[in-house]
Amino acid sequence: MSRVRYLQALGKALRDEMERDPSVFVVGEDVRESLRGVTKGLLDEFGESRVLDMPISEQMFTSFATGAALAGRRAVVEYQIPSLLYLAFEQIVNQAQKLRLMTGGQAKVPVVYLVPGSGARLGLAGQHSDHPYSLFVHAGVKTVLPAFASDAYGLLVSAVRDDDPVVFFAPAAALPTRDEVPDEPYAIPLGRGRIHREGTDATVVAIGHLVHDALVVADELADEGVSIEVFDPRTLYPFDWELLGASLARTGRLVVYDDANRSCGLAAEILATAAEEMPLTSPPKRVTRADVTISFAVELELAALPSRERLRAAVREVVREAAHR
Amino acid sequence: MIEDLYRTMRTIRRFEERVVELVNANEIAGVTHEYVGQEAVAAGVCAALRPDDVITSTHRGHGHLIAKGADVARMTAELLGRVDGLNHGRGGSMHIADLGLGIYGANGIVAAGAPIAAGAAWAAVQDGSGRLAVTFFGDGGANQGVLHETMNLAALWSLPLVFVCENNGYAVTLSQQRSTAGSLVERAAAYGITAESVDGMDVEAVLDATLRAADRARAGRGPTFLECRTYRFVGHHTAERTMKLGYRTDEEIARWRRRDPLVLAAAKLDEGRQAAIDDEVEDVLERAVEFARMSPRPRPEDVFEFAYASGLRPRDGVAA
Repeated sequence: MSRVRYLQALGKALRDEMERDPSVFVVGEDVRESLRGVTKGLLDEFGESRVLDMPISEQMFTSFATGAALAGRRAVVEYQIPSLLYLAFEQIVNQAQKLRLMTGGQAKVPVVYLVPGSGARLGLAGQHSDHPYSLFVHAGVKTVLPAFASDAYGLLVSAVRDDDPVVFFAPAAALPTRDEVPDEPYAIPLGRGRIHREGTDATVVAIGHLVHDALVVADELADEGVSIEVFDPRTLYPFDWELLGASLARTGRLVVYDDANRSCGLAAEILATAAEEMPLTSPPKRVTRADVTISFAVELELAALPSRERLRAAVREVVREAAHR
Repeated sequence: MIEDLYRTMRTIRRFEERVVELVNANEIAGVTHEYVGQEAVAAGVCAALRPDDVITSTHRGHGHLIAKGADVARMTAELLGRVDGLNHGRGGSMHIADLGLGIYGANGIVAAGAPIAAGAAWAAVQDGSGRLAVTFFGDGGANQGVLHETMNLAALWSLPLVFVCENNGYAVTLSQQRSTAGSLVERAAAYGITAESVDGMDVEAVLDATLRAADRARAGRGPTFLECRTYRFVGHHTAERTMKLGYRTDEEIARWRRRDPLVLAAAKLDEGRQAAIDDEVEDVLERAVEFARMSPRPRPEDVFEFAYASGLRPRDGVAA
């Protein structure tokens, strides 16, 4: 067991999987030098036939991975910034994801699309700060967004071993965190949520790095006598509805804390599903990003992002409304 | 050899003509894109390939599949949306594939197959298999950015990849004059790719050019770009007949039809042989249509089958 940073955990997962399975290779921009820090040392260890630097041609190298996968390889494609996924959306959603069904089960496309540093990173402004996971959930692409290094390790191992395309977001705001990661390889199955803190008054579903925020808010609210359960889905598609249903059966109240835009964002889906299928005792709430482009000025960037303050207010309201009934 | 090439072309031509009948009879849903007129390209290119070579096809893909050896009965069943289709009715004309034959699929997005073929070509090099990949696209696809991204990489890495541009003169209704600056082969040459322009109505010329490209690819000397000058004798898709579009003149169509690739190839056959092959093809296609019609339709409850390799079941459209 070692205490490692998030990116180190991702690097270890890649190294362990490349060691275990010679068909695994990494492809992306500046991966030999490891500009983003995940692929450090892989070139020396595995050679240039398994660590491929690509020209700045995101659409090409995304489908290149698909072709290699159809020919029996397992690809991990790294994107330096989350909005590059917009460029590659056709290649991921309309090609890689659909091939399995369209070919009647002939095709297998084991490709991981890895974004180390997704979401806002203060000061990167409009085109580098998006967190577009809802788009992939909408398209039914397996989507992972772990908050902790230990989960990131185990989920990346599963994503690489998975026979379907998987989009893996490593949120920028969680990258500085450290966590205990076992030295021996392990896998965490996709689609299983995790309850980090049990509570009785409300369930807060926190997405990605916001789990860390939610745990702080839960501590603060505990001082006010409010007991919060913090639910971390870890995988966004497939979502662990069963675990959420069990949590809501205990608390009956729901707040979703989400870094996606508000309209048609992940929080909207969680609220809708809870309203349709789960036992809610009070109207649910969501705290999300605003539907606005991220500005450069820090005050404006923060004004658009979900905040602990807004989460606290939303939880208090949900709990209070329930008390009034 | 010319007999085999003719047989392939005749199979494609008659397959497409049967398909139109089935579309008009509403036995095939939607529209299909006919390959009529371009048969010499698919037949010539694929005759130069090994069974384990990879191809990526286009929305106008039936000819490529037939030439690469796909079973016409299972193809017909696929077009009819039946469970015995190559894709079990899940793909249809625009996504038909046979991965076991190296056919990585028709594709509904123009030039989308090029980078997929590049990935397969790279894997072939890693395997040391001597395999190569061919990507088919049209003059329309030549203007897609991803094709240029792929040409750059293929040249840079000397990938065993053959770019086959079927220049039929039109990107749907937009003529090459209105869509394309400069020359297609010069574009490829600018990347350092060996490029040549071939008479796409002469099946032996296409075969010879592809054999040269394949030799180059298998010897590790990198990609080739073949512009095959051809023409589609009919509309962009089966619905165009009723649309009365004016983008091509009857005179232009008639001029190209005088160079029908099947007629040019048949001239090199004994008359008796041609008739025998034609009969043989009719028989195969007749049995293909019978097979397809006998095949069951998929059950509605199987809508989620094949969605994920892992067996994950997608969410349904109503609450669980």
